[in-house]
Amino acid sequence: MWSFYFSQLADSIPFFLKGLWMTFKISGISLVLGTILGFCVGIARAGGIKPLRYLLYIYVDVMRGTPYLVQIFIVFFILPEWGIQLAAFPAAIFSLTLYAGAYICEIVAGGIEAVDEGQTEAAMATGLNRFQRTRYVVMPQAMRTILPPLVGQYVLLIKDSSIVSVIGLTDITRVGWLTVQRIPEGIMVFGLVGILYFSICYPLILLSNWFERRLRAQGG
Amino acid sequence: MLSTFNFRVIWDYMGLFLQGLWATAWISAIGLTGALSVGIIACMMRISGKKFLSAPAIAYIELIRSTPLLVQLYFFYFGLPSLGIRFTEYQTGIFALSLNSGAYMAEILRAGVQSIPGGQVEAGIAFGLNYLQRLRYIILPQAIGVTIPPMLGQTIVLVKDSALLSLISVFELTRASQILTSERFMPAEGFLTVAVFYLLLYYILKSLSGWWQRRLIHRQA
Repeated sequence: MWSFYFSQLADSIPFFLKGLWMTFKISGISLVLGTILGFCVGIARAGGIKPLRYLLYIYVDVMRGTPYLVQIFIVFFILPEWGIQLAAFPAAIFSLTLYAGAYICEIVAGGIEAVDEGQTEAAMATGLNRFQRTRYVVMPQAMRTILPPLVGQYVLLIKDSSIVSVIGLTDITRVGWLTVQRIPEGIMVFGLVGILYFSICYPLILLSNWFERRLRAQGG
Repeated sequence: MLSTFNFRVIWDYMGLFLQGLWATAWISAIGLTGALSVGIIACMMRISGKKFLSAPAIAYIELIRSTPLLVQLYFFYFGLPSLGIRFTEYQTGIFALSLNSGAYMAEILRAGVQSIPGGQVEAGIAFGLNYLQRLRYIILPQAIGVTIPPMLGQTIVLVKDSALLSLISVFELTRASQILTSERFMPAEGFLTVAVFYLLLYYILKSLSGWWQRRLIHRQA
């Protein structure tokens, strides 16, 4: 029986690859957008205009304080009631971007705050304006502390992208869920799904560890 | 947009929400206990310095960290029955949740243990303490202080992750809102209300973590 299911599973490999491509697309697009969003709001929050700062604290807390599953339900089921009808794919991208942005905001703001105050003062004394100070003095130094947790966060977000399967997007997780209805060998089917995720996430974990070691070697 | 928001329905279903909140709380509590137990064992195996202990611990930690909880949940939910193991949905869910968070707990503990200067361990060896005694009297009392805030952080993740259990039909907070949505077709009332409940849990845990961190700074100063 086992070998029969195994050959059936081998036949559905193309289906799994399609799912892998969907996971790639969703997490790729929303990671790029989330990184842009996260850096913008992170820099804004570290910048310190008071009302904006509190607003961003609320945004980050709401995103980090509620499960992503609930967030995607809100985007997918509630926005239509308010007249914003999103198909599954844009809904997934939209919610994952907002979710990623909050975590990345926290990392970026933390990295900027870790840069010594004197650096900004020196840059001011040199006559650089706010944009130049951020671009040429603060960010290059902040990047060193930002990179390791940022890559670690990417891993968490790619894994969280598995939750978009609940609104019917056929990513790897949903492919596994559909396949297990035909091939009732959960260990085999979700073992394969797990291997696919592992092959994406594990290299990124190693990369994050490498960044961290490099940071420590530089005495950061 | 709030004009269409039906507070009466939320009030009618408040009993259901509170039951869900209670279920989320005890599922998380058991999951946390399990995660801590698994985490302590995995961490001790990993730092034991003996290959036959550390290799399986590393494999466990890295496998868990590189795969989504949802996939792990489905793995056990669909996989255990074919091994002849019959768990209820609750048992499967809590089992997966504990194994998942256990890997992160192990890493948090390891970071805590490694934050203790090597000289202290050497002093312990010089006193003739064995491995368990060093762990019990030198390493753990100091490591636990610094590991509490990241552990509370992981607890927040665990509470949020327990929402995924609703997908294998475990009744908890998120499930409560799915029930409201399917009975009355009012997703806004259902999902926004549970979001508020989750935020409540989040703020409790977050302020606990902040309080502990301030205490830690006072103690060191």
